[in-house]
Amino acid sequence: MGSIMLWGLTALLALQLAGEVVVRFFHWPVPGPVMGLVFALALLLPLGRVPKLVEEAGGTLLRHLSLLFVPAGVGVVAHWERLQQSWLVLGVVLLVSTLLGLAVSAWVFERLAGGEDAR
Amino acid sequence: MPVEAIAPWRELWVYLSATPLFSLTVTLAVYLVWEWVHRRSRLHPLLNPVAWSIATLGALLLWSGLPYPAYFAGAQFIHFLLGPATVALAIPLFYQRRRVAAHAKAVAVALLAGSVTAAGSAVLLGAALGLDATMLRTLAPKSVTSPIAMAVSEQMGGIPALAAVFVILTGILGALLGPLLFAVMRVRSSAAKGLALGVVTHGIGTARAMQIDPVAGAFAALGMGLNGVVTAVLLPWLG
Repeated sequence: MGSIMLWGLTALLALQLAGEVVVRFFHWPVPGPVMGLVFALALLLPLGRVPKLVEEAGGTLLRHLSLLFVPAGVGVVAHWERLQQSWLVLGVVLLVSTLLGLAVSAWVFERLAGGEDAR
Repeated sequence: MPVEAIAPWRELWVYLSATPLFSLTVTLAVYLVWEWVHRRSRLHPLLNPVAWSIATLGALLLWSGLPYPAYFAGAQFIHFLLGPATVALAIPLFYQRRRVAAHAKAVAVALLAGSVTAAGSAVLLGAALGLDATMLRTLAPKSVTSPIAMAVSEQMGGIPALAAVFVILTGILGALLGPLLFAVMRVRSSAAKGLALGVVTHGIGTARAMQIDPVAGAFAALGMGLNGVVTAVLLPWLG
């Protein structure tokens, strides 16, 4: 790991920390990391470019974003017995509502943004 | 095998399963195998590496009897990186800033429509199928990132730990079936796919959108962040 990577990771963690501090202090209903994202954007927009150090560290994390959800996902087994009791109803509800939500959201966006135009 | 031959292995397992090293290594190895399978299958949507890694590791835990908290003691080092990765979502958003600004109105309407449809249809269908009020309150915030979903379900009188499980399952369903749904619906715009995945299936959907292209990734990050706020503010007020 080059020191550019280390600087970038430190910058991302510092922004997350700042976000955490602000949401705790003002009791905002937003997770610290999402507030950190807002802060990062607030710095990037006036700067007009992404500094190399943030690009390297952030890019590496985002390329493997799906891996990061695995540990929390395995937590499903901790509630295995409860889920087994009504797995069919819960499965149907989750499946139908997720597909409906995705369909409506994508359809509305394409309508309003003008399909091809929004590529 | 005679008992005296098994004993040292048992001892080794007791030792290893208690160290973070074991679950951390197994998590990475299982994920890398599924990612390899996914690439070999030319990125077949049903071979989503997150879904299959979770299924494999979950089955391994149930089979070995290793309790989840012991597993998480090691896997938390991976989990921790979700924080800085969320901050890093500012990068694709920054690169797509002009496109996002140009479609601000479409984003706002599609966000509200998707958010209300996902939560509303879950509650209505769940009630029709006989789920109790506590379960419905636990299901309602399933489209948003788990820290928000847990806080909202608690505020509404649901079960936070179970809410986190519904969040994960929603994400997996969206990542697995979303791209197939878009193909059937002939959704062409990457922005539409990304926004829908972010709004309805939070971070797991956003990770999937990243694989579509940078535009889908940026709109997913936007949808995820915005729906987190909308749900946190609106749901407790409605419930």
